[in-house]
Amino acid sequence: MPLNRDNVSAIAHLARLKVPEEDLDSLAGELNNILGWVEQLDEVDTDGVAPMTSVVATEYARRADNVDDGGIAEDVLANAPDRMDGFFAVPKVVE
Amino acid sequence: MTDLRNLTLAQARDGMAAGDFTAVELTETFIEATGAVRDLNAYIVETADQARAMAAASDARRAQGQVGAMDGIPVAIKDLFCTKGVQATAGSHILEGFVPPYESTVTQNLWDAGAVMLGKTNLDEFAMGSSNMTSYFGPVANPWKRKGDDAVLVPGGSSGGSAAVVAARAALGATGTDTGGSIRQPGAFTGIVGMKPTYGRCSRWGIIAFASSLDQAGPMTHTVRDSAIMLGAMAGHDPKDSTSMKLDVPDFEAALTGDIRGLRIGIPKEYVMDGMPAEIDALWKTGIDWMRQAGAEIVDISLPHTKYALPTYYIVAPAEASSNLARYDGVRYGLRVDGDTMQDMYENTRGAGFGAEVKRRILIGTYVLSAGYYDAYYLKAQKVRARIAGDFNDAWEKVDAILTPTTPSAAFAQGDKMDDPIAMYLNDIFTVPASLAGLPGISVPAGLSAEGLPLGLQVIGRPYDEETLFRVAGVLEDAAGFDAKPDLSGLGG
Repeated sequence: MPLNRDNVSAIAHLARLKVPEEDLDSLAGELNNILGWVEQLDEVDTDGVAPMTSVVATEYARRADNVDDGGIAEDVLANAPDRMDGFFAVPKVVE
Repeated sequence: MTDLRNLTLAQARDGMAAGDFTAVELTETFIEATGAVRDLNAYIVETADQARAMAAASDARRAQGQVGAMDGIPVAIKDLFCTKGVQATAGSHILEGFVPPYESTVTQNLWDAGAVMLGKTNLDEFAMGSSNMTSYFGPVANPWKRKGDDAVLVPGGSSGGSAAVVAARAALGATGTDTGGSIRQPGAFTGIVGMKPTYGRCSRWGIIAFASSLDQAGPMTHTVRDSAIMLGAMAGHDPKDSTSMKLDVPDFEAALTGDIRGLRIGIPKEYVMDGMPAEIDALWKTGIDWMRQAGAEIVDISLPHTKYALPTYYIVAPAEASSNLARYDGVRYGLRVDGDTMQDMYENTRGAGFGAEVKRRILIGTYVLSAGYYDAYYLKAQKVRARIAGDFNDAWEKVDAILTPTTPSAAFAQGDKMDDPIAMYLNDIFTVPASLAGLPGISVPAGLSAEGLPLGLQVIGRPYDEETLFRVAGVLEDAAGFDAKPDLSGLGG
């Protein structure tokens, strides 16, 4: 079932993307084109095929559970759009 | 003295070793060249002062007899790499002004080898594109033009700025990153060597993430030898990237023996595309002849799931991108656009900060990962990806390397293909399969189109067998004898 403007609006909200109302129809058209094109994958027989999640067949990397850095609050905050008393500042979330 | 701009990376290295010129002299030449090709819009940030300081430090090291593999070599860095104290934008408004407090592992490796940074190069936004048209900082121009036609062409993408500065002889090498072809395709479009190593050969730490199961850094250079030297400096295991392989870095340059006698070169019958120009097919056939004349055995092979690679990629890559790009929320770095609530702030920031192609991919990725659609799209794509990788595994039973065209066309004009995302995606039809399988690939300039534009041939290799890849590519390069250069006379600063 093709996506309509309401579907696109819902997906955009899930992705926390503001999309202007007037763009919803054209975006729905573009997304439907792409989704229609990728649906050719249904032709491929994948019965019994394990999904490929990584190209490297490697064991999980392990390391000792030691703190090896820290004390760099100023570096961490250096690019903050807004900060207050050594914290990131955001709009009020609790009244 | 010869014009230092026309040297290869290897020649510059050897010239400094012989005392013919200093790193400072070489770097000044390339700072001047950077200014002379500013019309290309290839850099987002130039770092001339830093380059001068790094070059002076290189000369001081040399006086002490302590030189690294790339000592004094001026290079450009794709603006997807975090560079301490120098803005990193990923070509996006949402990261404009972001100054990383740390250095990526690959760039640190280059500086440890003595390389000199000229600046940060332009790219498609978050490396999503094949034309460099999606950068917030404007498109990059390809230094090449069609014969008798003044139309400005794209350098390819996403590593378009890196490709353009090397092709315009304004850097001896540049870093790129390749997720689905973003080093090899611009390499082909600009007549230079673009190399994507095996996934895991270079650390991804400090490279702004697009699709983490695919992203890989690699060198963009004039020659195969330069590529081998630069990859040697970039690669290596990094404890900070759990997918970086615990493998020693071989002497890639030593692999360039020029001898491919007895090597089996696979020719996949599926690498032909409807509407592909006859000259691409003709160049491929010429390349096959070169391999045969050099003593390689040509083997016809089949990679039956090739046609499904692009649609698979356009599920997997956007899915990973939608997750990776969730971090840009206006809180910790980059752009913030205020709103009444936290949610409004997120949506306003991301709505204003991301461009159209990035938004399109975030929406696709969010959709294919969402409940109810995950199995039909994302899981299916992961299974087809396993099929595509399986095709290559079967091929390695019969061959040692694979030869294909790099792209289905030469460089196109700025503005072309912009109204049809799928037409743009088709640029990567020959590069995406190796990306999905994590394999190394290299594009070597092999000839000119009838319009006078460079065309590339691609060699694909076994995992972690970059040495064979370079060896085959070196023979291809010698046979092609590609020495055409773009006309830079119309460029200004």
